[in-house]
Formats: sequence, structure tokens, C-alpha cells
Amino acid sequence: MFSWINNQILKMEWLSDLVEKFVVNIFNLDINSRLGASIHFFIYDSIKIFILLSVLIFLISYVQSYFPPERTKKILGRFHGIGANTLAALLGTVTPFCSCSSIPLFIGFTSAGLPLGVTFSFLISSPLVDLASVILLASIFNWKIAIAYVIVGVILAVIGGTIIDKLHMEKYVEEFAYASNQLDSDIDELKVKDRIDFSKEQVKDIVKRVWKYVLIGVFIGSLIHNYIPENVINAILGNDKWYSVLIATIVGIPMYADIFGTLPIAEALVAKGVGLGTALSFMMAVTALSLPSMIMLSKVVKKKLLGIFVILVTVGIIIIGYTFNFISYLFI
Amino acid sequence: MEIKILGSGCKKCNELEENTKKALEEMGLVAEVIKVTDFKEIAKYGVMTTPALVIDEKVISKGKVLKKEEIKEMLSK
Repeated sequence: MFSWINNQILKMEWLSDLVEKFVVNIFNLDINSRLGASIHFFIYDSIKIFILLSVLIFLISYVQSYFPPERTKKILGRFHGIGANTLAALLGTVTPFCSCSSIPLFIGFTSAGLPLGVTFSFLISSPLVDLASVILLASIFNWKIAIAYVIVGVILAVIGGTIIDKLHMEKYVEEFAYASNQLDSDIDELKVKDRIDFSKEQVKDIVKRVWKYVLIGVFIGSLIHNYIPENVINAILGNDKWYSVLIATIVGIPMYADIFGTLPIAEALVAKGVGLGTALSFMMAVTALSLPSMIMLSKVVKKKLLGIFVILVTVGIIIIGYTFNFISYLFI
Repeated sequence: MEIKILGSGCKKCNELEENTKKALEEMGLVAEVIKVTDFKEIAKYGVMTTPALVIDEKVISKGKVLKKEEIKEMLSK
């Protein structure tokens, strides 16, 4: 029963079959031919991601409406030490967060007296581990990989934040982030209808924001799938190449895309024999670090702290990549 | 009346500004609409999600783009 739900609803095998019929009968293409397989991948993956995206964001936004950043801030204020870092990383996965809000959020956290490390744990996990992305990972790969991804993502956020705490970087934060005399703004009381409205708005908003990345991602994925020769990919990113994870991470860092856009690329890479860890480190690098987010952050933290943040996250992602490659036989 | 739109200049902030101006116009109200993009200033209002709407130094909404009708309702209070 579980496997039927998993295959039909989560992996949407019915859709794959339907698109296959469409490609074969309407386009008159052989499903095993290059073009046929590419078109199948493109149509099937795009539709699947958009359906899952809309349904998931709706459900998840409903949960998120219980955790506005103001509440997260209050909850975090009650905890200390590594417990606070862990909680920050976990709340990062459910607090609605858009990169354009990252600065007010950062200031809100620091001026409330939250330790810097706790704020960074939140900032690392928030874009990296998103509830919707976890379910998509389960759809495209499997549940073991999805859960492992959450666990390593949270661990990275906790360790990264803890190290920043221990380095005592407080002086590298622009002064106004502390000085601003923040009023404790109240948490809006929401009714069920408000939460549903909020969730609908989130769906519209996110789909509007990410559809380009999804289509580009699926397009690149279908190229990788069928046009780029396997030996070329393996020469650069092959499992036996020691530098594969390094390249995937460094290429991914400056890129700005949503996790939903990177998933189809990771999917195609893994299908071509690229190591699971290599594909995951690419995904993590794209989502956790990007030029726009670094530029934003540089407005409240000084270069040294920004540099340490980038290095910590990069090293973490590389370690995760190699670890996953090493133990990937457990997952696939 | 003084109205402030808090936000770093992202797309949503512009939408909120536009909706506010339309609401004012339709109600025949004259008010100064000021865009606040400086993070130091934004932080003073205790706002953690942008865009936010401030009417006479009071935070009316945060983290969402209010629709024209919703702003009208706020303005008539």
C-alpha cells in the first residue's frame, strides 16, 4: 500500500506513462531515442515538479503560518548553547523566509540578544533544508536520501553556527544591528481563513518566483540525460575522480537558483552515474550560498565574518559530498 | 497622515507602494508616501519581514503585500 502511494502519488508513475503515450503517439517518436527520451523527461519532470510544488507549498505554508519569525525569535531566546543552535536549525526549516527579508531578520535576531551562532545556524538551514524540497527529494530519489539530506543539512547548520559562536565574531557585525532599539512587535493573531489565504498567497508567490528556474533546471537535466555523453560527465564528475565533489561545489556556489530548479539537474547527473554525494553537494552549494545572498549579508556583517561563513559552509558541503559518495551504496 | 513603506526595494515592496497609492487616490486622501530602504531605519520598527506598511509611525502590516481593498480598510480606521 505504501509503495503504491509512493509510486503513483509521489513519483507519479501514471504521469510518466501518460507522457510516454503522448510522446509516442502524438510526436511519433521512439521513447528510447534521444529526442523522444529528452522530450519525455522535460514534459514529465516539469509537470511533476509544478504539481508537487503547488500542493506541497500550500500544505507547508499552512504549517509555517504558525511560525512567523517573531515567534521563532521568542522561542529561541529561551534556549542556550548547542540546544539553541539545534532548535534554530530546525526552526529554519519551517520559518517562512525569503532572501529579501534576510537582513531585517538578521537584525531582529541579533538585537533581541540571540547569540550570533544561533542566528547563523538559522541562516544556514533556512534556504538549505526546506520541507517542500525534502518531499521532492523523496519523489525524485527515495525517502532514505531525503531524510539523510535533512539530517546532514541540520548538522551542517548546527556545527557552522557553533563554530561562529566559538570564534567570537560579534565585533564583525555592523553596530547598527545591535544598537537598533527594537520594539517587540506583536505576532498577528490568525484565523483558519487567514492561514489558508496566506498559504494560497505563498503558492502564487513561490510559483511565480521559481518557475523559470524549474524550467531551466529541467531543460539542463534533459540535455544531461540524453545529449551530453556519459564519458564527458564521468571525466569531470565521475565517482572515481577525487575532485568531483570539489568542482560540483565550486561551480554551484555563485549560482542563484531555487532548490526546485537544481533537483532535476541532480536527478539527471545521478542517472548518468555521477555520485550521489557529488550531486547533493552541487544542490547544497547552489541553495545555501549565492552571490545575491552574500551581497545582502555584506550589508550587516563585515568581510571577515562573511568570509568565515562562506568558508565554513563550503567546507561543510564538500565533507558532506565525499561522505555521501562513500556511503551511497546504503541509499541507492 | 504619513505613510511609510519599509523594504529594501524588492519587487514586493514596489507592489505594496503601488497598491497604497491607488488606495489613497480612490479614497481621495492626500498623504505622503515615503519609501524606507535603509536597513537601519527598517530595523527601528522591529519589522523582521518586509515589505511592511507603516501609517503614522505604527506598523500596520509586515511580510505581505496588502491588497488595495485591505489598505482602504486600514486607512478608514
